[in-house]
Amino acid sequence: MVVRNIVFFGAMAAAAVWSAAEAATLDDVKARNVVRCGTAPNNPGFAFPDNQGKFRGFDIDFCHALAAAVFGDASKIETRVAEPRDAFTMLTAGTVDVLTHRFTWTYNRDNGSGVEFPMAIFYDGQGFMVRKSLGVKSVNELKGAAICVAQGTTTELNVADYFNAHAMQYKIVAFNGTDATRLAYDEGRCDAWSNDRGSLASRSVALKTPGDHVILPETISKEPIGPVVRQGDDQWSHIVRWTYYATIAAEELGVTSANVDELRKGSTNPEVKRLLGVGDNLGQKLGLSADWAYNVIKAIGNYGEIFDRNIGDKSPLRLGLGLNALWRDGGLMIAPPIR
Amino acid sequence: MAGMRDFLRSCVSTPLNALLSIVVLVWLATTLPELFRWALLDAVWSGSSGRDCAARDAACWLFIRMRANQILYGRYPPVEHWRVNIAALIGVVGLVVLLLPGIRRKTAIAAGLLFAYPPVAGILLRGGVLGLPAVPAAQWGGLMLTVTVAAWTIGTSIPLGLLLAFGRRSALRVVAAVSACYIDIVRGLPLVGILFLAIVMFPLFMPPGIEINELVRALVAFTLFNATNFAEVFRGGLQSVPWQQSEAGIALGLRRWQIAVRIVIPQAITASLPGIVNVCVSVVKETTIILIVGLFDFLGVLQGGIVDPEWLIGDQVRATAYFFAGAVFFVICFSLSRYSARIERAMSAGRRS
Repeated sequence: MVVRNIVFFGAMAAAAVWSAAEAATLDDVKARNVVRCGTAPNNPGFAFPDNQGKFRGFDIDFCHALAAAVFGDASKIETRVAEPRDAFTMLTAGTVDVLTHRFTWTYNRDNGSGVEFPMAIFYDGQGFMVRKSLGVKSVNELKGAAICVAQGTTTELNVADYFNAHAMQYKIVAFNGTDATRLAYDEGRCDAWSNDRGSLASRSVALKTPGDHVILPETISKEPIGPVVRQGDDQWSHIVRWTYYATIAAEELGVTSANVDELRKGSTNPEVKRLLGVGDNLGQKLGLSADWAYNVIKAIGNYGEIFDRNIGDKSPLRLGLGLNALWRDGGLMIAPPIR
Repeated sequence: MAGMRDFLRSCVSTPLNALLSIVVLVWLATTLPELFRWALLDAVWSGSSGRDCAARDAACWLFIRMRANQILYGRYPPVEHWRVNIAALIGVVGLVVLLLPGIRRKTAIAAGLLFAYPPVAGILLRGGVLGLPAVPAAQWGGLMLTVTVAAWTIGTSIPLGLLLAFGRRSALRVVAAVSACYIDIVRGLPLVGILFLAIVMFPLFMPPGIEINELVRALVAFTLFNATNFAEVFRGGLQSVPWQQSEAGIALGLRRWQIAVRIVIPQAITASLPGIVNVCVSVVKETTIILIVGLFDFLGVLQGGIVDPEWLIGDQVRATAYFFAGAVFFVICFSLSRYSARIERAMSAGRRS
């Protein structure tokens, strides 16, 4: 579930004025010797404290990736939990350097709010979960259904758009927060539960009998989710963008955290050599060292590894790759050539 | 025994009382066994991961046990936990000693707790001097953070509130107006709004490069807000002291500050004690808002824990976490009110003699 409050736009204009006058983010980060990331509060698989109290997850790993790219030391991060309504203000005010949050990239956010999305790193979309016993095979059979959604998200608006477009009756039952919505659905207060597919899959583990439920095949919205940086600092924006692209390129080329050392010494593939900074110094153009991408992959692995470890098959959440597979496998993950 | 018999008799003294007693008994009979089963009998106490709780519809105390360090100390480095323990011990011992009968120099102990203890505890917790390694506030968390924030807020807003209350009653028009304005405006704002200003908006008004620690900003916001609540409580207390008492002081040739410190304040505090405790309890509970600063207090740590995929196994972990949080907050707030009741008794005893 990606919250899309618009409350934070209030402070935006004043914030933009200040940040325009600020120095380059990379210099600040280097001077401070730490990358500061704004993350979502408590999101299973994306940002959460483990048993030892260490923050982990998909979003946190990308923060580590930035530290590895800038310092060659993935541990130099500081995470700062930001409620969705405060996150953009905190970014423009300089409290954090980047949001590795759960924000959907939309037109209004990208334009006129003093921030920009360098790229998308996770594609989600809104789906529906129903009881198998209902015998429904498609969203189009949900005529007149009561649908549980979380308040204050565009989930509700998407449902309205979809059902109106298909001239179907429906009833929205809204609850405060994802867990309250799940509980209500589990207690039978509605016929279907709508949320981002990733959230449906991960939260359904907590249903009384997860096996009795099924996610319908239709996806009714696009949710490209990505990091957010301050507008007007191209260098930093490019560092964020290419750090993420490096992990995707590494997956494409079969470079993993396990074999990266070996490949740096022995690979004859020119693409791999360029990526790992062997005989080339592409990092210079970003203001980074030649081995920036090597450091990233060595420390946190390629995109597929990050996905698997936190939300995919190697995690309790077991999300499918879906649109997050590589382009050559039918997904949307593609890195421009690194050359 | 006689008290018990009287109590039982009062339960059935009238038909209405008898009916109410039956309702309460039925309610207890239907809920208590289930609570007992859930919280103790079937509860999971040991194991190694969330899987051990998955199969059982009962409390998962294993979750609390495995995360005990985090719940108590947040991300405070384990080798430095002793510093937190010592700071807590000094505070608790000080508070208990104040209550014991037959202890002399209680004023000195109270003054020590009020003025010497905060810097000592601050140095212990923060470190960076006297050979203690520095522990930045970003690593504070859990119950330790909750108690620190609550203690700081109560310890600073009471003196400030007292000043404001006096200010409001001042004969100097300007002082009275400024105090009244401040109290009425700040008290009328929601705390979340004040914290939003202090945490999110404040950096916008500062020149680039100047950074003030976020915890400090939050603590100042807590103080400024709660001082107004205390001020209103004290105003009630001050108004309850008859003006003849001040006149008597003047007649005795006491100075203004002597009248305030020796005659008015002691009586005003005694009179406003219930109100003070009321504000203290709400301060303890509102510390959970500190999550807005990105710090994980006691409740924040628990809420963070239940979304760890390892513990996403059903509602038992969630229920356990909130049950535990509720129990701990109840214990803290209930002890506060019992503590104040003891003080009240001691004070009124002093007044009678």
